[in-house]
Amino acid sequence: MDSALAVLNAAPLWLVVTIKSALLLLVVVTTFAYAMLAERKVMGWMQLRPGPNRVGPWGLMQPASDAAKLILKEDLTPSTADPLIYKLAPFISLLTAFSVYAIIPFGAGSQGTWAIGNVDAGILFLMAISSLGVYGISLGGWASGSKYPLLGSVRATAQMISYELAMSLSFIGVLILAGTTSLDGIVSAQARLWFCIPQAVGFVIYVITAVAETNRTPFDLVEAETELVGGFHTEYSGLRFGSFFIAEYVNMLTVSCIATLLFLGGWNAPFGLTMVPGVLWFVAKVATFMFFYIWLRATLPRLRYDRLMAFGWKVLLPVATLNLIVTAVVVAVRG
Amino acid sequence: MIAFWVLSVVLIASAVWTITAQKPVYSVVGLLANFAALAILYLTLSAEFLAVIQLIVYSGAILVLFVFVIALLSSGVAPFAAGPNRMPKAALPAVALVCVALGFVVFAVTRGEVAIPPPPAGSTSALGPVGTADVFGSVGDFGKALFTTYLLPFEVTALILMVAVVGVVLLSGTAPAKAPTRRRAAGVRRELREAVVRDGEDRR
Repeated sequence: MDSALAVLNAAPLWLVVTIKSALLLLVVVTTFAYAMLAERKVMGWMQLRPGPNRVGPWGLMQPASDAAKLILKEDLTPSTADPLIYKLAPFISLLTAFSVYAIIPFGAGSQGTWAIGNVDAGILFLMAISSLGVYGISLGGWASGSKYPLLGSVRATAQMISYELAMSLSFIGVLILAGTTSLDGIVSAQARLWFCIPQAVGFVIYVITAVAETNRTPFDLVEAETELVGGFHTEYSGLRFGSFFIAEYVNMLTVSCIATLLFLGGWNAPFGLTMVPGVLWFVAKVATFMFFYIWLRATLPRLRYDRLMAFGWKVLLPVATLNLIVTAVVVAVRG
Repeated sequence: MIAFWVLSVVLIASAVWTITAQKPVYSVVGLLANFAALAILYLTLSAEFLAVIQLIVYSGAILVLFVFVIALLSSGVAPFAAGPNRMPKAALPAVALVCVALGFVVFAVTRGEVAIPPPPAGSTSALGPVGTADVFGSVGDFGKALFTTYLLPFEVTALILMVAVVGVVLLSGTAPAKAPTRRRAAGVRRELREAVVRDGEDRR
């Protein structure tokens, strides 16, 4: 083990980063595939039906068959579409969804944190990259050259920029408490007390805005099938549709990771249960958050669009601002 | 150095694409590429915070509004019709002049004849690799400079932005309908009563 680490330390940086990225990509894509299966299974149980159970034992090969189906499907481009942007949009979505993982740490060992890159401005970097995710959806909807995708993408843009504000404000509360912007530092600051307790309001705001940012039920106005056929990806088929699909689930995974890092103590073990490795705690917390997502989808109906916008601007934003002010004052007074 | 040249080519090419593209959305995509390349260029200059803010503010907020407006205003994906050429005749000489001036700047900087200003007195920021804490250009360093040495310019900028926002609301917003005061409500009631009385007199 030590000799293997020595070899790794001697290897050039680009090689190490490439190997780490390839491994992480594999892990994230596999997680996406089984998150999708888990969602269908859990939703099935919640609605008193078995869920997918035909492909492989207990339906475990379902993701593979879905992938094969998506790859083999015909790739259609509507004649009214703008071909260049239409083909570019799914890639923008995928790129922004995956590039976040360059800096997310999954655990800590004696050799430092388990991340591809450990940057000091970690949380700002996350905000920067995830704020680019909206382009895939808005450009894709516009380039389809058809009215329902356009409506879907206009909704998505408005919704995502509105909820991003409250989300950023909920981050700043955590930053004030931790006193650092590096994700590593934020997790170490939670060694004694997870930030979901002193930042309870911020945590609730984050959870709501996270669901809205990833366009999931009850905030999935972007692809409201009763109003917009399929929303921004109505015209997409085959692997290009698959790209949007993967990006959505990877984004879900990302916001779950951020929730774990910022509010749920990262890889810190609860109740002093340190015999379980930190990375397992991290995975368990992320999985809990993902389950919460699925639970929401099976439970809640979709919001009306004007209610959604009013909620974002008139409730979440003022409450987030108030939370920020109170946190700052308390931290300043206690010194 | 290789990174600098590659980024420069990308920056200039995307800027030209932004200006010359036939469709407004193409211009937005060009601008997006431009901002991304600029952010990476900032990173190579060890301005980590600036790079991140470039992405958050320009790509994440301002450019999204561009897309939003274009998607709302333009119907379909057809290119916009070209309007009359409003470029003044002096455009070409002006471009040449600017190019010569910039060339002089580059020449002077590479010859070392223009001194690059030293960091302000009292600055304790150490140089170090980008991405590590407490080096020049990191979040902590930038924040310290912003809230101590440059506090006044920072606050003045905030004030100017606030004035701009208020101005936009004032200039573009419609004035709200006057709220009914008690006196006006009483006036309306009186008028109604008189109208009823008049109506009765007319009938008689």
